[in-house]
Amino acid sequence: MTQYNFAYLDEQTKRMIRRAILKGLAIPGYQVPFASREMPMPYGWGTGGVQVSAAILTPEDRFKVIDQGADDTTNAVSIRTFFERTAGVATTTATSDASVIQTRHRIPEEPLTEKQILVYQVPIPEPLRFLEPRESETRKMHALEEYGLMHVKLYEDISRHGHIATSYAYPVTVEGRFVMDPSPIPKFDNPKLGDMAAIQLFGAGREQRIYALPPYTKVVSLDFDDHPFEASKADHPCGLCGAEESYLDEVIIDDAGGRMFVCSDTDYCERRQAAGHVGKLGGKDAA
Amino acid sequence: MQAETLSGGFADPAIQSAQAFRGVMEAMARPGTVRSISGATPPAPLSGAAGTVLLTLCDPDTPVYLAGEADCDAVRGWLAFHTGAPLAGPSHCMFAVGTWDQLNPLSVYKIGTPEYPDRSATLIVECTELTGSGACLKGPGIKTSSALSVPEVQAFQHNTALFPLGLDFILTCGNTVAALPRSTRVSEADGATEVSSCTLP
Amino acid sequence: MYVAVKGGERAIENAHAWLAEERRGDKSIAELGIAQIREQMKLAVDRVMAEGSLYDPDLAALAIKQARGDLIEAIFLIRAYRTTLPRFGASQPVDTGAMACDRRISATFKDLPGGQVLGPTFDYTHRLLDFKLAADGEVPKAPQRDAAAGDVPHVTDFLNREGLIEEAPQDDTDPPDLTREPLEVPADRALRLQALARADEGFTLGLAYSTQRGYARNHAFVGELRIGAVSVEMDIPELGFAIEIGEVALTECETVNQFKGSKTEPPQFTRGYGLVFGQTERKAISMALVDRALRWEELGEDDVGAPAQDAEFVLYHADNIQATGFLEHIKLPHYVDFQSELELVRKLRCEAGADQAQEAAE
Ligand SMILES: [Zn+2]
Repeated sequence: MTQYNFAYLDEQTKRMIRRAILKGLAIPGYQVPFASREMPMPYGWGTGGVQVSAAILTPEDRFKVIDQGADDTTNAVSIRTFFERTAGVATTTATSDASVIQTRHRIPEEPLTEKQILVYQVPIPEPLRFLEPRESETRKMHALEEYGLMHVKLYEDISRHGHIATSYAYPVTVEGRFVMDPSPIPKFDNPKLGDMAAIQLFGAGREQRIYALPPYTKVVSLDFDDHPFEASKADHPCGLCGAEESYLDEVIIDDAGGRMFVCSDTDYCERRQAAGHVGKLGGKDAA
Repeated sequence: MQAETLSGGFADPAIQSAQAFRGVMEAMARPGTVRSISGATPPAPLSGAAGTVLLTLCDPDTPVYLAGEADCDAVRGWLAFHTGAPLAGPSHCMFAVGTWDQLNPLSVYKIGTPEYPDRSATLIVECTELTGSGACLKGPGIKTSSALSVPEVQAFQHNTALFPLGLDFILTCGNTVAALPRSTRVSEADGATEVSSCTLP
Repeated sequence: MYVAVKGGERAIENAHAWLAEERRGDKSIAELGIAQIREQMKLAVDRVMAEGSLYDPDLAALAIKQARGDLIEAIFLIRAYRTTLPRFGASQPVDTGAMACDRRISATFKDLPGGQVLGPTFDYTHRLLDFKLAADGEVPKAPQRDAAAGDVPHVTDFLNREGLIEEAPQDDTDPPDLTREPLEVPADRALRLQALARADEGFTLGLAYSTQRGYARNHAFVGELRIGAVSVEMDIPELGFAIEIGEVALTECETVNQFKGSKTEPPQFTRGYGLVFGQTERKAISMALVDRALRWEELGEDDVGAPAQDAEFVLYHADNIQATGFLEHIKLPHYVDFQSELELVRKLRCEAGADQAQEAAE
């Protein structure tokens, strides 16, 4: 059968996606509709991110893929292999060596630079979707800047639980205008969204939306004066590298329910360990 | 058909358009930065950068308005052959290309709708110079402030006031490109060249 | 000592190898050929072509083989292949009046020009397992007659002549293209029909059935159901006229629905329409019923809040490739989001516990 094009997509599809990316950058936080294509991996498995990556990658790039912060989770491996095969692009697991990073559910711990682009896989791009299931309605709400419903929902959480009960995909306001879903990153990552040196692109394949944050964009997590936004994480250091400030995965380590906490960003953790940082359970003798 | 019509396209479209797009995207994401892009050699009066932008972004789905001198047989034939983009008037185009004077008045272009602000025109402005000095720029994509040689200031201020509606601009000169999205706040630099003399909030 | 799980790459390769082995099954059994699937699993092939939006029986058969008979997986393979194909242009509208009908029935008239042709239908088979097939599937040749010459007129044309059914005027505007532009609501009828034509058969069937049971009942009769081949013609600009580029099998269903009349319209019948690749009559009839239900607004009917009336609900959930992908993606790791929920629940429980303790103390 036929050879596939560079980065799989045909040129006309790439142009369509590229035009959407430019409009997304020009209107930060606004969801640009695009005619998402069927990709050779299922919807919901990163087809939006894959299409954005396919539209921006050049042969000079070095590509990194993370899922839940890790380079070696099966879906990250699968997407990385896809681009090695279809774009012949170099890949890496080192955050600082990558020029394009496609991610699902995390922002790397290591601050990104102006030479980098972060591409998010987005399942449900509409921050108002769970308050209003109809696209025709939510589109009007964005047009009219009618975000009262979102504040009411968050405030109901506070009156019921004493806290805002949203811990991931925590909505943000972009440049004081559009309310945006940052994809299901933990709210711990929210403060990194704003003023980032790298370009951030968001692709939702099944929902056919692309949106963007140019570098150094003002991004504010929604909150209230009496309940300011708080980026939280498990109150432990990493068991392997001892990091105090990284986002942690909880791992069950024995049948008795014993637990340990390790960095979700595997590259960050490995680099720290290589540099000699040792957590409580990371040393050779700790077994 | 003229030889000029058939030549001057991308030799390796997939790779060259990817490289050119990265230049345009970086320009749009970081207003005030000037980059070089290459690949196309369009007929006069189009610059290499404007031709490269057209080949990178235009196809049969994008009506193009050729303003002023750009609307000549050579350019029409070249654009049709290499992109298949239909020609349109300024009020129906997705892309327009020409000098600042020839593209004006700006009020006729599509600025999007409140529900679909992305359905707006992108203007490729051919400039006689393009440098990172002149008017002061602030907004998304800019750390504190940047500067750019813009054809005028007031028109961009009007455009920014329409946000989230509005036009987006790609500025071209020779083989260089810069961009001014609608989100960029433009003001006169008061100390001639000093970038730090910006007075915007 | 804890070591993070590594080796995703190896795991994937091994899984693929095992999958290939399972696909082949017992090697002492002859391997299934593409031609066998194409010829003997024709209705599966037709469904894959219809919902995959690509008319190519050999590719559909290959997809079915590769997908181990999982038809949604096969449809997915076809869709992913389809997106990579260049588009040369659009065909002329096919003329179903000129269809070479294998089957053509009307439930509204006992007899009519062109006749009732049962064709190769399950309809009147007794659903008894045929154990003979297990041993020997060879069959005697079915009786034949010459095909009737000339076009077969549509039943709705007869009603139209009397003015008893709503007009369906010719519309020459280019239809929107769901595969080229993002779906946008409200969607006009052309776009809705396009979405329904590739919609999941089961979803469409369920919605159609719900209208029969009273959720936006529209009293449908099968005015006509026809299955057969039509020629596909395409304008060739260089030639200045259209030429036949091939032939496709289609199933077309037109329903005739009751309608009381409105302030502006006299009482008359209304239409529902279904058109699907291949021999896919369950799908085509379902499509016609759902089409009719979605037309409530243009016909001035009440919105009774039924699912089949809700265009946004129907169109955004009818595509089985979108649905299955998103449904199955919850198998992917979600431990980052789950971890953030864990932290929150622990915090809330901790505070609730403190509150209770304080209340008890008071
Ligand atoms: Zn660590």
